[in-house]
Amino acid sequence: MHKEFQSILIDGERCQGRMACMQVCPTQAIRVRGRKAMLLRDRCIDCGECVRVCPSRAVLPQTSSFSDFSRFKHTIAIPSPVFYSQFGKDIPPSAILRALKRIGFGDAYDAACASESVSIAIQEYLDSVDSPRPLISPFCPAIVRLVQIRYPNLLDHLIPIESPMEIAAREAKHLAMKNLGLRETEIGVIYITPCPAKTLATRNPPRKKHSFVNGTIAIAEIYPSILQVLPDVMAGDNGDDIRGLGLGWPIVGGQVACLKAEECLSIGGLSDAVRIFEEIENGKLRDIQYIEAHSCPTACVGGSLNVENAYIARGRVLRMVQRFGGKPCQDREKIRGLYRKNFFSLPGKIPSVPIQPLDEDVSKALQKLQQKQELYERLPKIDCGACGSPTCTTFAEDVVKGEATADDCVFIAMKGFETLSANLLEKVRAHGERVRDIKEMN
Amino acid sequence: MVEPFSQSFLIEGRNFLNAGKASTEIKSILKQLGVNAAFIRRVAIAAYEAEMNVVMYARKAKMTFQVTPQVIKILVNDEGPGIPDIERAMREGYSTATPEMREMGFGAGMGLPNIKRNSDDFTIESEVGKGTQLGITINIS
Repeated sequence: MHKEFQSILIDGERCQGRMACMQVCPTQAIRVRGRKAMLLRDRCIDCGECVRVCPSRAVLPQTSSFSDFSRFKHTIAIPSPVFYSQFGKDIPPSAILRALKRIGFGDAYDAACASESVSIAIQEYLDSVDSPRPLISPFCPAIVRLVQIRYPNLLDHLIPIESPMEIAAREAKHLAMKNLGLRETEIGVIYITPCPAKTLATRNPPRKKHSFVNGTIAIAEIYPSILQVLPDVMAGDNGDDIRGLGLGWPIVGGQVACLKAEECLSIGGLSDAVRIFEEIENGKLRDIQYIEAHSCPTACVGGSLNVENAYIARGRVLRMVQRFGGKPCQDREKIRGLYRKNFFSLPGKIPSVPIQPLDEDVSKALQKLQQKQELYERLPKIDCGACGSPTCTTFAEDVVKGEATADDCVFIAMKGFETLSANLLEKVRAHGERVRDIKEMN
Repeated sequence: MVEPFSQSFLIEGRNFLNAGKASTEIKSILKQLGVNAAFIRRVAIAAYEAEMNVVMYARKAKMTFQVTPQVIKILVNDEGPGIPDIERAMREGYSTATPEMREMGFGAGMGLPNIKRNSDDFTIESEVGKGTQLGITINIS
């Protein structure tokens, strides 16, 4: 089987099995076996919560390093619009793009404007396509993966529109080809990412084989070098060439603010997304047109690879929208024309990647379900995690799948020990009585 | 012959805080069994509508969920006002929902017809002043 790229790796040397990642994982994708954490790839949605909490810094998001880009003649950095919110409150986006060029990129290209184009495309889609409602935004890759894994019924609800990241990367490449006379393969586009999920989306795009992004670098990784050169690049045109409501996309509600449809929801956080998806699966919320869903509770400003506190960053995004959001950066009619030429549409279907069932055979799965339930009844149901599975339910499942044994539960082991010692005591007592009887006989 | 797996849920009328939990649990069980997604959706809709009917109208109910490799069955036995005219209640668009229930997105008169549409076999019996029993059968293809 094709080995899938993983955006998160656990360093076995550094891992001390302290279970913080396992406890926080929203999809129960981590187990600790032999005091080492391991990732169950079929359950992981690359949300990056484990990166955030690991006390041993053993959970490593996989991004690129600068040397990976030496093979390109020309490099273009595209910062996630989140990047604009990581510096002092009045540093304009244009200065940040200049700083990226200063530290060595051939060029730097804004993606907020692409967010505005994509918003117009979403509006067109909502107005013209009669598909199952509510439509769900596909721009948070962790949310897409959650749908693939847990809600295959909702795959048709994901709006088939390309992400601002891909649109910006494609535009940037075409411009460089035109202006510099380069071939596509000579240009490297590097996305400055707030989270591991975006990295995964560039390596394994769910719908198609090819991404226009050639590599990603974490915001936290590039931050110090930008901070250093910022004072040198402050002088220059700090006008509003980077503008429009697309600047608001990194916060909860940012997408919906760009739409005119009234029946829209904005959701931040996986547990709320799960509640909403359950409702849609139950046939509810059909009068809602569009749902903007983010796996991070504060949306992309809360990504695990950011530097700035999510709430401060959110404040800065709001201020940027206030300063630069009023005037659109795109000509609406032009974008509508492009939409009609399928400039934004995503071909193909997103496949479902369901979690491994208890058994491939339904009859056997049923038997295992029965066994799982019986074992679960014997467990303390306090989800202590000492067994190395995050909850008593997942532990019972791991046992019936043969990936753990019932004795891994300290409570069951203790019961076993109690029975054993009671039996031993009983034997010792019986033996003592026999010895006494023999003595008396003599 | 595989033993059917069965689980029972107690549903409390008027308890909107826990409304939907039984159907969520049923879905979770089916996902562990690896049955196909379209089938799960039919079960989800039928179970959820049945559960919400109890929450909105009845005092309480026992909901029993049974699954074999061939078929799933959901039985709902409620203590509640009962349905005086079942034929009318089964008509699409007929509803006795209060304005509050409609505000919450219910009461389009689709509940019972929706359950029937998603079932392969559907039975309903009711006694006014005592309660209603639903029997929902859906075949696993």
